[in-house]
Amino acid sequence: MAKIIVVTSGKGGVGKTTSSAAIGTGIALKGHKTVIIDFDVGLRNLDLIMGCERRVVYDFVNVINKEATLSQALIKDKRTKDLFILPASQTRDKDALTIEGVQAVLDELSEEFEYIICDSPAGIEKGAQMALYFADAAIVVTNPEVSSVRDSDRILGILQSKSRRAEEGKEPIEEHLLLTRYHPERVAIGEMLSVTDVEDILAIPLLGVIPESEAVLKASNQGTPVILDQESEAGLAYTDAVDRLMGEERPLRFLDVQKKGFFKRLLGG
Amino acid sequence: MGIFDYFKAKKTPSSASVAKDRLQIIVAHERSKRHQPDYLPQMQQEIIDVIRKYVEIGNEDVQIQLENTDDCSVLELNVTLPEQN
Repeated sequence: MAKIIVVTSGKGGVGKTTSSAAIGTGIALKGHKTVIIDFDVGLRNLDLIMGCERRVVYDFVNVINKEATLSQALIKDKRTKDLFILPASQTRDKDALTIEGVQAVLDELSEEFEYIICDSPAGIEKGAQMALYFADAAIVVTNPEVSSVRDSDRILGILQSKSRRAEEGKEPIEEHLLLTRYHPERVAIGEMLSVTDVEDILAIPLLGVIPESEAVLKASNQGTPVILDQESEAGLAYTDAVDRLMGEERPLRFLDVQKKGFFKRLLGG
Repeated sequence: MGIFDYFKAKKTPSSASVAKDRLQIIVAHERSKRHQPDYLPQMQQEIIDVIRKYVEIGNEDVQIQLENTDDCSVLELNVTLPEQN
């Protein structure tokens, strides 16, 4: 049985797809056979972030509608062994996803894979609900910013009431907080919510903190998951988060302000 | 922060702490509503309509609250009637 992990947030633009790509790649790098599914039907982007946009022939909806087999639709990652991508449809809408259809695909994937990462669309409507319905664990991607934190709390409520585990009265979905786009400098001068602030409000265990990093845009420009950039703070922070997800202990890094020189501080900037 | 910023009086709370306070309030409020049944707003409206047949009241004069304790739920209805002339 595969472990199904949804990457979700409620709010858009917080880094769900970046995180799905990074974490999926990180898990596969540890030797676990992993598939990342793009649930954002109509607005697919995981293929671009993973750099396989030109290799998409069939998609998730084709498989649900039995227009293609899973093995025809799955794209094997060229860089990372044990990693596959199932792209979303770009032409259909979110109604193309049905509980039965999604379940059939997940069941088939479960036979072959150890981890299934569901990259959720933004919002709390059908697409997002489909992405989280079958989850065993959820990674809630949050920016240290009011609207993102509020939306994360909202999605936590949905995880606790509208998932299969909730409906069947099973053990609840494992919840993990992933704080992204974190600026330690702005936190230090009281301009941004700190890790502890967000932990206090959402009250779920922290999986990791990804500092704001130029490497993220650079990686998406090139279609490479940022976790493969092991020179960047973001890449290393994602590696730590994957280690924690696998049950290893890793201290938090990159939360302290880098010391500026005396003159730079005096003159500002 | 440059040298000039040090001269500015910094008495107001940081924007991050304002954000945290606001979030704690709104999140607690929304969590308390999370477990209330979907029919509650409509029921509230219908109760208001019934009372209005007899007494002139505004929408804000009826407060409705559902409290769940371990083994029972209490529906609290608070209607403020206008002063009699």
